[in-house]
Amino acid sequence: MLRKIFALMKKEFRTILKNKKTRMVLIIPPIAQILVFGYSASFDLNNVSYAVYNEDSGLASRQLLARFRGAQAFHFVDTVNHGDGIAPLINEKKVMLVLHIGPDFTRNLSKGLPGKIQVILDGRNSNSAMISLNYVRNIVMGFNTHWTAIHGGRHVPGQLVVSSWFNSSLDSHWFIIPGIVALLALVVTLEVTALSVAKEREAGTFDQLLVTPMTPLEILIGKSLPGFIIGFIEATFIIGMTILWFHVPFRGSFLVLYVGIFAFLLSAIGIGLMISSISITQQQGLMGAFLFLVPAVILSGFATPIENMPQFVQYITYLNPMRYFLIIVRSTFLEGASFGLLWNLYWPMVLIGIATLTAAGLLFRNRMY
Amino acid sequence: MDVMRLRGLVRKESRQIIRDPSSIGIAFFLPVLLLLIFGYGVSLDARHVPLAMVVEKNSPQAMALVSGFNQSDYFLPIPMRSIQEAEQALMHRKVDGIIWLRHNFARQLLMGGKAPIDVIVDGVDSNKARLIEGYVTGVWFNWLERMTGEQGQRLHVPVTVEHRVWFNAEVSSRNYLVPGLIAIIMTLIGAMLTSMVVAREWERGTMEALMVTPVSMKEVIASKIIPYFILGMGGMLLSVLMAVFLFQVPLRGSMWPLIVSSSLFMFTAINMGLLISVVAKSQFVAGQIAIVITFLPAFILSGFVFDIRTMPVVIQWLTHLVAARYFVDILQTLFLAGDIWPLFLTNSAWLAVMALFFLMIIKKKSRKLLE
Amino acid sequence: MSAASELQPVPQVQPKKKDDIILSVTNISKRFQIGKRIVHALSEVSFQVKSGIVTGLIGPDGAGKTTLMRLACGLLVPDSGSISVLDMNASREPLKVQQSIGYMPQRFGLYEDLTVQENLELYADLHKVAVKDRPARYEKLLHMTGLAPFTGRLAGKLSGGMKQKLGIACALVSPPPLLILDEPTVGVDPVSRRELWEIIYSQVKKMNMSVLLSTAYLDEAARCSEVVLMHEGKMLGQDTPQDFSRKMAGYAFEAHGSQRNRRALQEALSKSKKVVDAIILGDQVRLVTRKPEQAEELSEEFSAGKEQVTVRAAQPRFEDAFISILHDCKQDGDDKQCDLILPGQVGGKGDEEVIIVRDLQRRFGDFYAVKNLSFSVKRGEIFGLLGANGAGKTTTFRMLCGLLPATSGTLQVAGHNLRVARAPARAKIGYMAQKFSLYSDLTVRQNLNFFSAAYGLRGQLQKKRIQWALDSFELAEIQDNDSNDLPLGYKQRLALAAALMHAPEILFLDEPTSGIDPLARREFWRHINALASAGVTVMVTTHFMEEASYCDKLVIMARGQVLAAGSPSELTSRYRSPDNPEPSMEDTFIHLIEEFEQRKGKDT
Repeated sequence: MLRKIFALMKKEFRTILKNKKTRMVLIIPPIAQILVFGYSASFDLNNVSYAVYNEDSGLASRQLLARFRGAQAFHFVDTVNHGDGIAPLINEKKVMLVLHIGPDFTRNLSKGLPGKIQVILDGRNSNSAMISLNYVRNIVMGFNTHWTAIHGGRHVPGQLVVSSWFNSSLDSHWFIIPGIVALLALVVTLEVTALSVAKEREAGTFDQLLVTPMTPLEILIGKSLPGFIIGFIEATFIIGMTILWFHVPFRGSFLVLYVGIFAFLLSAIGIGLMISSISITQQQGLMGAFLFLVPAVILSGFATPIENMPQFVQYITYLNPMRYFLIIVRSTFLEGASFGLLWNLYWPMVLIGIATLTAAGLLFRNRMY
Repeated sequence: MDVMRLRGLVRKESRQIIRDPSSIGIAFFLPVLLLLIFGYGVSLDARHVPLAMVVEKNSPQAMALVSGFNQSDYFLPIPMRSIQEAEQALMHRKVDGIIWLRHNFARQLLMGGKAPIDVIVDGVDSNKARLIEGYVTGVWFNWLERMTGEQGQRLHVPVTVEHRVWFNAEVSSRNYLVPGLIAIIMTLIGAMLTSMVVAREWERGTMEALMVTPVSMKEVIASKIIPYFILGMGGMLLSVLMAVFLFQVPLRGSMWPLIVSSSLFMFTAINMGLLISVVAKSQFVAGQIAIVITFLPAFILSGFVFDIRTMPVVIQWLTHLVAARYFVDILQTLFLAGDIWPLFLTNSAWLAVMALFFLMIIKKKSRKLLE
Repeated sequence: MSAASELQPVPQVQPKKKDDIILSVTNISKRFQIGKRIVHALSEVSFQVKSGIVTGLIGPDGAGKTTLMRLACGLLVPDSGSISVLDMNASREPLKVQQSIGYMPQRFGLYEDLTVQENLELYADLHKVAVKDRPARYEKLLHMTGLAPFTGRLAGKLSGGMKQKLGIACALVSPPPLLILDEPTVGVDPVSRRELWEIIYSQVKKMNMSVLLSTAYLDEAARCSEVVLMHEGKMLGQDTPQDFSRKMAGYAFEAHGSQRNRRALQEALSKSKKVVDAIILGDQVRLVTRKPEQAEELSEEFSAGKEQVTVRAAQPRFEDAFISILHDCKQDGDDKQCDLILPGQVGGKGDEEVIIVRDLQRRFGDFYAVKNLSFSVKRGEIFGLLGANGAGKTTTFRMLCGLLPATSGTLQVAGHNLRVARAPARAKIGYMAQKFSLYSDLTVRQNLNFFSAAYGLRGQLQKKRIQWALDSFELAEIQDNDSNDLPLGYKQRLALAAALMHAPEILFLDEPTSGIDPLARREFWRHINALASAGVTVMVTTHFMEEASYCDKLVIMARGQVLAAGSPSELTSRYRSPDNPEPSMEDTFIHLIEEFEQRKGKDT
């Protein structure tokens, strides 16, 4: 039995690696994607373009604006001298926000009255708007502390002391890049497995295979192993890139992570082989993989939190293996999580894997044309 | 171009579309499915964030702060007895943050010293963490005002920030994600529909039969563009209707720019599909290329989820090669801001340039030869 | 498109005189790059097609027929040489050529999701047939093709024969002076094939149309007025089919042995230095000799001891000419001397029934792909399943191999009931699927390695079997080539070798010789005969009627039902008549189908 499986596995590897195109598919996209994703998929703003509409000529406003000019994350674009000048700048996306300081800003401040500044934000990307607003608030807070220290005045009672665990600088790359491990491992294993049976069906070799004394279980294992090994290698490569190239800290244990990878690949291969054994042609296999992949990525928490989704959509996500694995990757990377914290994420993936693999095995023979 | 031949080809193409459920499926079923998945699945806002509340000693001041959190729509406070319990909850991802008031909180407040309110957030999802920070600051500020107000004083903060979010006052991320989504779906549909349809003709050998008639390639290309353009625009209309009526995204711009830019974009996407089909002569390869070169870049590099302004400069340049980028910009603006002509015209011009460029290559590449 | 061509009216059928040259090919060469390999599709081919007759391009797959036709249609540009069609240069003025010819590519070039009428309309639009002329033209074409009752049916729902007729109708929509048909008769049953020829000839006669068609069926050559023989990109000759056969007078014989069965006789005779070709035909062996011989001399020479071999001169056929010309080309490598393969040990002797099928049914929804099928096959028999596409051959095959569960009925293979015990039966079955299913990315040796391992062979035995396969199928030299790059004949050998790795008791061959050149086909049948002699039961489907006579027993199927069963001579003798004393298998088949259709007509 082992020899037959080994022979099938060897054959699968040969067909995958022989073809230059499939070899490229396994090598180029992962590298390209990790680089593009790694650099471009980010929620952090480091270049908030802004304009100033300053009606105040006093010292305080100049001091405040100087803080903005000095801030790394801000990028000064223009000054506006009239209220009508604001709209075109925002409308045409020349700036993300406009700081408006009223005429009696300095006067009020020196009288001990609150000085107000107004921030006008472009809400077309509300996420960026809210983040840049937070940046503005931080700068103003710094100004306030400084002002109180010099000009006297009561401290604000009850100070917020904010600390964020696991990612103290709130760098969103730390969130996105470990997620790419899950994304690419899923894409690659699906690519390898979703076409494997369909391709043989199309070429007629699958009949040939079924006529041999190999049992469906042997075929199943022989077809799964290449996906497994390739998925493992790709995942390891991306984990390496994440740690060594992007310097995302790895705080957990590799054992915990790799047990997770094992369970995740099991489920991904199961789904891939199931799609493949339903399909008659490679094209159907491709469409099937695509129709699974898109919702699986969107509804996994990869870019946007699952908790924000409507309840019924959240229920659907329980069927998505990527959902579980994303948490495992991020937890092992950033939180250093242990088995104890993650065990209830392993078994759903194993369950999905077993169910889909069984279905694939049954479909091998009973799929009609 | 010959009218009779073109009409014959367009009629043939339309009949095929009507009889073939898969092209109708791609044009109408796929957008609905994707819009539903994305529309419901993608939201960057945080609501009802579970928050552990550790109040070591009760006091009116602490109660006031806790009730501030209770009343906020953003939070779902869960009272916990000790910081250890709360930390455990955070580790187990039961809560996303902790508010910790130590036993000497009230005393320090009354003594006029600095009373620390410890806020711990789970920083794994940094974007969410940042939003939570912002919301916590809001609750805290309200509390401060109330506290000082009760003492008959005015809260003295030197500078306060007042903000106005234009175009999207309720700050809902769905409002900008849905229009962007339409652009992505349309890229995929336009490119996939046409590329696979032409590839199908190669695969079934009908292209060969077609070529040994007096038709010119121009007529063949035109006969593919016309019906699929109409079909794609149907999908577009459906998506816009869903955005407005199902997802309640305001549509503030006027109809004409929407129609013009959608047509331009559809034209670009279909040309992209035709270009793919020039390269790929099987549906399988065409589908694969369409997904790889349209979907992924449109998803990441169009500014749909990830703001282009956050990307490194090199990648920002790269985004100019992605047609969806211009359409995302147009749609987000048309939906939320209205008719902003300079923006509309620049983006449309880019689209037109891309469409013509593709058309030129197609014309050059598609000869009436089988090699 | 240039403005000039728009203004030009559709050229009318120029009444060319007979024997005018309508298409002339001069020193055409064409290469293609497939992977790393450069294929010489055509090398230095020259010939001329006369006006007003049917010219056949005859040759096996890979002869360059399709390439040549595409060149003539201006779809390809030659590397060197020129083609002129109706006095126009096909590569320089393709659009003009395309305006004046009718072309039907392989697989007919129909839009399967359009109806018959809509397909016609499309091509009428493309050829700019004037609207007022259309109704009359459609009616004429539909009447001629017999498609009039089906105008509203989708082309995809038509049978193979009807599709092919519609394809021709579309090519004729604006009557062209030259009609080019690429393999119009592939996959079509003999009845439809005969009707197609009638249509073609009616056009030639009435419209003085010239026709160029390609075919891989050698028996169709006789129906052409002139024949161009092609093989591996080279032209072997051009003549009338009658002249081709006439040259073979004195070369063709029929032999009959007194003792040995026809298979053993064929094997013995084919070893003779004098004989180029020996094939089984009914109870006799048909011979083609190297030089003209005398029948009596041959009789004496072949008879030995008790064995009396009677040899009579036979009517020479077109195929004889083709075979001997091919042999002359292949002189260098004399593959006739290769040893017959030694099948491995075969389990069991005797002539018990190894395949028993009773009342077998297979339903797909409401449609019966196979209905009430019963037959049995004895050990060592070659058993043929004959029928047109869609007759249910492949479905039956898949059930026999355990690839498809039967809806009802008994199915016993090698002593195992397939409905309950598929796995043990499979170890005794060898299966060669249509299109020679091989792993195209793997080399010859890797394919053999894999299949032998899949059949559970290992160690010394595995090595031995692989070596055996490489030797006896002459694959050793090409063992490191990708199987994808192999010529079709080698693919077929490799597929057979793979199916024989585990020395199966029963061998299933699904259309094993389609597209293969006649020499390779003979070689293949020699292997099969040797296997059968060694006790391997062989079950084969084919649509080559002449191959049916190689079988010991036959079942002829149509629409999932058995029309007739028996030995080839039994079947053909049924339709012996004064007009046709020696009915061919094809005649028999056509008779059977007609009877069946009549019965059906009465029933409904």
